Amino acid sequence: MLDFRARSTTKQSTDNFSGRRKFLVIFMMVCMLLLTGRAIDLQVLSKQFLKAQGDMRQVDEVSVSAYRGMITDRNGDPLAISTPVESIWINPRELKFAKEDQLRVMEKLLHLPIGKVTEWIKEDSHRQFLYIARRVNPQLGAQVKELKLEGVYFEREFKRFYPSGGVSAHLVGFTNVDDIGQAGMESGYEQLLKGISGSKRVIRDGQRRIIADIENIQEPVSGKTLELSIDQRIQYLAYRELQLAVSANKAKSGALVVLDAKNGEVLAAVSQPSFNPNTRSNLKESLYRNRAVTDVFEPGSTVKPFVVAAALDGGYISPNAIFATHGTYQIGRNTVKDTHNYGTMDLTHVIKKSSNIGVTMMSLKMPPKYFWGIYHQLGFGVSAGSGFPGEASGTLLGYKKWHDFDRAILSFGYGLSSSTLQLARAYTALADDGILHSVSLLKREEDDDAVRIFSAKTAKSVRKMMETVIMKDGTAYEARVDGYSAAGKTGTAKKAGSGGYTEKSYFAVFAGMAPASDPRLIIVVMIDEPSAGQYYGGLVAAPVFSKVMAGALRILGVAPDQEGTMPVLLTQKTQ
Amino acid sequence: MKNETRHEQFEPPSILGNALRTLHIDIPLFIGLLLTSLLSFLVLYSSGSQDVDVLMRQAGRVGLAFILMIVLAHIDPYQFKRYSTVLFGFGILLLLAVLIMGEIGKGAQRWLDLGVFRFQPSEMIKITTPMMIAWYLAEYPLPPKSKQLFIAAILIVIPTLLIAKQPDLGTALLVASSGAGVLFFAGLSWRFIIGIIVMLASLTPVIWHFMRGYQRDRVLTFLNPEADPLGRGYHIIQSKIAIGSGGIYGKGWLGSTQSELDFLPESSTDFIFAVFAEEFGLAGCLGLLALYLLIIARCLYIATQAQDTYSRLLAGSLAFTFFVYVFVNIGMVIGVLPVVGVPLPLISYGGTSIVTLLAGFGILMSIHTHKKFRTR
Repeated sequence: MLDFRARSTTKQSTDNFSGRRKFLVIFMMVCMLLLTGRAIDLQVLSKQFLKAQGDMRQVDEVSVSAYRGMITDRNGDPLAISTPVESIWINPRELKFAKEDQLRVMEKLLHLPIGKVTEWIKEDSHRQFLYIARRVNPQLGAQVKELKLEGVYFEREFKRFYPSGGVSAHLVGFTNVDDIGQAGMESGYEQLLKGISGSKRVIRDGQRRIIADIENIQEPVSGKTLELSIDQRIQYLAYRELQLAVSANKAKSGALVVLDAKNGEVLAAVSQPSFNPNTRSNLKESLYRNRAVTDVFEPGSTVKPFVVAAALDGGYISPNAIFATHGTYQIGRNTVKDTHNYGTMDLTHVIKKSSNIGVTMMSLKMPPKYFWGIYHQLGFGVSAGSGFPGEASGTLLGYKKWHDFDRAILSFGYGLSSSTLQLARAYTALADDGILHSVSLLKREEDDDAVRIFSAKTAKSVRKMMETVIMKDGTAYEARVDGYSAAGKTGTAKKAGSGGYTEKSYFAVFAGMAPASDPRLIIVVMIDEPSAGQYYGGLVAAPVFSKVMAGALRILGVAPDQEGTMPVLLTQKTQ
Repeated sequence: MKNETRHEQFEPPSILGNALRTLHIDIPLFIGLLLTSLLSFLVLYSSGSQDVDVLMRQAGRVGLAFILMIVLAHIDPYQFKRYSTVLFGFGILLLLAVLIMGEIGKGAQRWLDLGVFRFQPSEMIKITTPMMIAWYLAEYPLPPKSKQLFIAAILIVIPTLLIAKQPDLGTALLVASSGAGVLFFAGLSWRFIIGIIVMLASLTPVIWHFMRGYQRDRVLTFLNPEADPLGRGYHIIQSKIAIGSGGIYGKGWLGSTQSELDFLPESSTDFIFAVFAEEFGLAGCLGLLALYLLIIARCLYIATQAQDTYSRLLAGSLAFTFFVYVFVNIGMVIGVLPVVGVPLPLISYGGTSIVTLLAGFGILMSIHTHKKFRTR
């Protein structure tokens, strides 16, 4: 019965329903056409534009870092090298299908705790990127690659390594994490070392990770090798001896420069205190200072040979001149003093005993302009042009402002300042028979900027005088070099503090050359504030000169010109 | 009556047909749903980073949903009619429960934790609302009078507002349209329909006032997605790029770079159509639309063939809701409608929507296979 009623109502409203149905069908068709039209619009008409937009989002250009050039010493021994390292990351989602025993092998290779990778895969299954080892050596990376695990990826990076550690740290400098030079030669020759980074096209995913390389746009150009003038063997010797002297004398710092007397190349330049560029973190800024090049001091008596040479060369004194000193010498209200009353002295004695009064008398005989000209030409107050970042030029007051007393103190090394490197360079004028060389931290054959300052005769005779400094009754007997004749000059300068010169702190300096007859090397040693009792240049700095000079000459195979006390066997061997 | 059925059994001497009738399965509808589900697995495998686990989980849900569909198909439609009010009332209670103690996920309060599984009452409402309206209107002669319309309107507005409050605009929209579908098929006069449209249009500023910030953003984004390409416009721009990259024939299965490379958000759920369009192109899109149209057409046919008012109204409404589902999702992904959180029916990843959908199809099959009289 109920069914019949239902049927009758159906009959009654069927027309209405089917009308509604027809309308709905038409309405739906219109809607579907709208969607279809839009799909055609997107997929046919705007396809190119949208595709390009899509590519823009996935395809990207990234730079490929160039291999940074090596820094070597003059013999090709590496001082700074970029070593390729491998960083390894995993995609836990892909790696979960890997065989357990292979994962064990990988863990063993990378020194990870056993089961660690499995643990990561479980815990970080939602992640798709996880570093498991950073900057491992490439051989190890290759071994992991051999496992051919799906979901393990490698990233090539470079790490800067300094094989000589602290020995040449100041000179070579270091780079930052982005491989950009921050100090020393690394910074000074950044453009040459860094090369030209290339670029490549890659595909990135929505998280901006690079997932595939498409093509190289530009191959990176490796940086050039920088060949320093340094001889790593001499550098090491100098480093060791300076370090010992600085600590034995409880000094604040120290610097040492070894120059090739024939062409001005820097064979060694060391500073104390030093640092290890491979493991530097939380180190004090002051440790990074290359004191040999960037720190200046008043050179003290080490300039006296120049005064003698200038006076002789200019004809202001005769080679046989004698000087009547009486321990003190009055210039206006100022007094120049010697440590002892040496009485009447000839030129050789002035140098040998380091008489302030002797050189003062000579300086007063020279016109200020001439005297200043010699100092200026020798490079005081002028940058040595080594190309080292932050190189100091020191100071030298213009001669027009000089009073007599200024001339006097300049003649014994006060009132001007110089770096260790500058002082060493000035000494080339005495060592190479009057010819001043330019300095170079890079290896070179010839010195194109050499200039003559003194006549050869003058230079030779001053060298002769300087040989007496090293004699038993000279100021620096400690500087004698085993097996070789040597010439040099001590310097002990009071440090200038904020309120004038201090009483108890000194720079102990020794500058010298060997072999004296035809010098091959110049070495300048500077020790800042020795405070273990001794402070004279002849006692503190001279022994360092002696040891480094003896060793360096043997390393270079220079024939001894004197009877040595060293075993003959070693002497021959090093030749 | 007995003779007639026996006659039917003999006329097409098909054992298969007989078996299917006992199983209460409507073959064309079943095939359409099966095809769509299989297609869904293909797309999900691709969009879900080819993760087999994801696929297996979804397969389990789809299997359960199919079982539920077949179970519902076995129930006599009279039973649905009988329990319409109870089910509707129960659904409303659950919605209230969600508002009071529901779980919050992704900034909205939609879930009810039943211990064993989590349940979204708003999904159930999608079916019980048209059941309730159909039951109510079938009690009176059609077309409905103003008073009935008024009550029916209230019955629609209550669940719609409760769901909109969660907030779940997409589901609210579907629930409202399921109720509206019933009214439409019941013969709601055109004057009313036009009147409602005009009223809604004029109320736009008021609705705008009551919308939440993110809902307003969605509308603004729809109007001009390029205004904030990396922020709010990101979804829709990436989606358009993916679809456009597909071209006419698509990049091929597993070839969608835009979605594969994580450029496309929600690539397995609401925006899965973009993955499909990138991989199968315009041709695939037209094919999918055709498949959906076939399912809707079959549902409408079932509605016309239904033997009582309740069944016909319910069937018509379910067909209409399914259509709204498809249109709103594709329209949103393709950029002709604002972004509303509606999944692509039968294709998107997720359990609740597929269970509700197949439950609806189960009811349709029940309506079609439990006829007392066979009309020709």
